[in-house]
Amino acid sequence: MREITYAEAIREALREEMIKDPNVVLMGEDIAAYGGAFKITDGFLKEFGLERVRDTPISEAAIVGAAVGASLMGLRPVAEIMYMDFLPICLEQICNQAAKMRFMSGGQLKVPIVIRTQYSLGRAHGAQHSQYIPSWLLQVAGVKVALPSTPYDAKGLLKTAMRDGNPVLYIESSILYRVKGPVPEDEYTVPFGKTDVKREGSDVTVVAISRMVRETIVAAEMLKEQGIDAEVLDPRTIQPLDIETIVNSVKKTGRLAIAEDDSKTGGVGAEIAASIAERAIDYLDAPIVRIAAPDIPIPFSPSLEQEYMPNKEKIVEAVKSLLK
Amino acid sequence: MSGLTEIQSIPAQEYRKLGFEKERLVWMLRKMIEIRLFEEKVEELYLMRGLITGPAHLYFGEEAVAVGVTSALDSNDYIISGHRGHGHALAKEIPAKLIMAELFGKSTGTCKGLGGSMHVGIWLEKNSLFASAIVGSGIPIASGVGLALKYKKSDRVVAVFFGDGAANTGAFHEGINLAAIWKLPVIFVCENNKYAIGMKVENAVATNSIAVRATSYGIHGISVDGNDPVAVHEATKQAIEIARSGGGPTLVECETYRQKGHGVYDKALYRPKEEVEEWLKKDPIVNFEKKLTTSQIVSEEEVDKLRTEILSGIDEAVKFAQESSVLPFEELEKLVYA
Repeated sequence: MREITYAEAIREALREEMIKDPNVVLMGEDIAAYGGAFKITDGFLKEFGLERVRDTPISEAAIVGAAVGASLMGLRPVAEIMYMDFLPICLEQICNQAAKMRFMSGGQLKVPIVIRTQYSLGRAHGAQHSQYIPSWLLQVAGVKVALPSTPYDAKGLLKTAMRDGNPVLYIESSILYRVKGPVPEDEYTVPFGKTDVKREGSDVTVVAISRMVRETIVAAEMLKEQGIDAEVLDPRTIQPLDIETIVNSVKKTGRLAIAEDDSKTGGVGAEIAASIAERAIDYLDAPIVRIAAPDIPIPFSPSLEQEYMPNKEKIVEAVKSLLK
Repeated sequence: MSGLTEIQSIPAQEYRKLGFEKERLVWMLRKMIEIRLFEEKVEELYLMRGLITGPAHLYFGEEAVAVGVTSALDSNDYIISGHRGHGHALAKEIPAKLIMAELFGKSTGTCKGLGGSMHVGIWLEKNSLFASAIVGSGIPIASGVGLALKYKKSDRVVAVFFGDGAANTGAFHEGINLAAIWKLPVIFVCENNKYAIGMKVENAVATNSIAVRATSYGIHGISVDGNDPVAVHEATKQAIEIARSGGGPTLVECETYRQKGHGVYDKALYRPKEEVEEWLKKDPIVNFEKKLTTSQIVSEEEVDKLRTEILSGIDEAVKFAQESSVLPFEELEKLVYA
């Protein structure tokens, strides 16, 4: 199978859906003339024109608000929020408006929007351009949240998001943009709410999300050399979250580690750990362990940032502690 | 197109010249009376009978705004309402019984009882698209509706209602600017009712006009007597013409007054008595009714008959709401996602 990058996979999904559905419009800061802060939409302006590829002012609330309004009229807008750190500026429109419209209108309204954003942890962007905050959305019913970890998932999940009838927050990891992986040329989608087994194993279950999936797969190889067989699971969407597959894996391995870029306190991993405690505590042979970020803002200094970040070494260490 | 115009109260002698026929004028009067009597009933059900709970922001004194705007719109144009939205909903011809049932939290309400007072105006059958309970947030959403209309090359327009309080939100700035740069067919209707809960507009806005802000966005601004439905109709008509000819959005500031408190529970004791008395003299319904009767466009008997009909309709609405059932809790989960 051909290999393309994570960035190319996102770009292909956007482009193919735009060709297929004239109701898809893109809007965001610097997505048209500049080609996107990460060049994902480079060339789109020329191919699809000003009406469908819209540069917006620096107005995050209006970007999402206008996407919401346009979606009520049958368009399928994809709004780009350049950095995940800018999400709080438009959380009002996401959480109070987009997420609740269907419910509080008694099922009358449909809000088919995708909000694409990315986090830049690992690129020395400092405390306001590196944050990873998907868990903030976990308590907001009405929004789906997808976090691709491979080029294959990036394309398939984005297509599903763009065809869904609900608001979807699609979170990219910019450190993965150049990572290559197999992506079929033929049409396919990746379903929401289906945890993917990235690596089978029998000794320990490691649930990893987004950037941490790749770290975890490398960690699993390191563990194998030490005689530990890890199963690596990637939920791919945290809303909806397929906990069933994780429960079944834990029942098999008896051990659970969770690797994520979230702050440890109140992160997605905390929710997964709580669900496993509810559903499978009797199967656990060791405490649940989380490999997550410390509860401090992200430091700029590149070496300090590396220390801050969860990584494969920390995963290996944590998993080994479960098998002592 | 940009610039500022002011539209004052229009005397009855000019109605004919402006093309206002009896049918439209009576519709305006009927709708204004319906809104007033509806709100009186809500107040009674809330305060005296305890049948409605939760917030209820009443529209006393502002009836001419909703009625003037919707009168100028075609029925297939769109509106977006806000937290003080009973009047907008009635003016857009959403049946009173559906609105009342929503206030009662019943499954027969516009939003199946899941929205409540601040969202009663969501009723797609009448192109009443949305009502936000977060002040200002409907503004960028309206710009998005305008974007879709322009994209689809529709000649429809969308009008969004908000108050003087919303004019100070970031959403106001971002939403209007976006509509301005993209020349979207949106009418931003600011109901300047002089208070944001208890905050006087003079203390929240350093200029004596909100309409004047239009010029800074490069769009047209209209300041209109918001207690005269005919003047509001004329202002809206101008805005529609600008929108339909590709001239983009207009900011229409309607000078009006919130005759009562912020919500039904608020006695509004923070307002000077003289100010309230002054504005009560400018009551939109009393004055419009007087104009129509003294110029013999309608008779007092006709108005009495209107009132009786409306009252019986509202009584029926209350009966309908009371007899309706609440949605079973198990249904809620199904309404979160499409």
